[in-house]
Amino acid sequence: MEQQGISADDAQNRTVVERRGDRELVVTRTFNTPPATVFRAWSQSDLFQRWWMPRSVSGIALVACEMDVRTGGKYRLEFSAGGSDTVAFYGKYLEVVPDERIVWTNDEGEEGAVTTVTFEDRDGSTLLTFHEAYPTSAALEEAVQGSAAGLPEQLDQLGEMLAGMAA
Amino acid sequence: MVQCINAPLDRTFAALSDATRRGIIEQLARADASITSLADHFQMTLTGMKKHVQVLERAGLVITQKVGRVRTCTLGTRSLSAEAEWIEAYRMLFEARFEALDEIISEMTQEENDGAAGH
Repeated sequence: MEQQGISADDAQNRTVVERRGDRELVVTRTFNTPPATVFRAWSQSDLFQRWWMPRSVSGIALVACEMDVRTGGKYRLEFSAGGSDTVAFYGKYLEVVPDERIVWTNDEGEEGAVTTVTFEDRDGSTLLTFHEAYPTSAALEEAVQGSAAGLPEQLDQLGEMLAGMAA
Repeated sequence: MVQCINAPLDRTFAALSDATRRGIIEQLARADASITSLADHFQMTLTGMKKHVQVLERAGLVITQKVGRVRTCTLGTRSLSAEAEWIEAYRMLFEARFEALDEIISEMTQEENDGAAGH
């Protein structure tokens, strides 16, 4: 019964990915709750850590998470694929408007994207837009290559999951 | 699997980073065309069009075949599907993230409700 309820929700709240132009990626999704709640789940590190890298899907865990979510604040996320090595992602918040938007840099590589997430009120629900803008089309290209090389376990897991769903 | 698709994927993004080349793909999705007719359509010199087609061909997005004096362009599919695959993997990651986020949001809402009921 619960399973049915979950899939019905998913049918309404689709995750949509779109390439916009040469250097932008946009992900949208609606949540059945007001922006304040979604903003809190995004900006409070103990909550963020629980959903940003779902281990069941990725095989990768977010093992450390420091976030100072305010304009000018910094963040640092450390991921582990199970071994002793961790990979750090970090940057700073360019703009934070509580319950509305968070803009941050991705400074771990050269020509990193500027990511903007917005939370728009839609009659008590939230339209979330996750937007990555790369400085050049070549940078987007490289990010695609980089993330594909850096997260093979993740993609393999996804592949297995997809295969499982098809069976 | 991922390593294998990197190089063509890279070329795909490079090939598609140009508006004219995306236009050519759109055009070829409707019907095969000769380089001459594509050059006419995009109001471009034959040499210019040849260069664009070469980039698309190297990325595996377009296949060309010379019959007599006419070189005909056809849509290739291999690298496009690699890009689609990457986008789908990216989408699946976000879908999984957002499902997990949904669960946390439910918990938060539940706690808020419980808190309100308790006072």
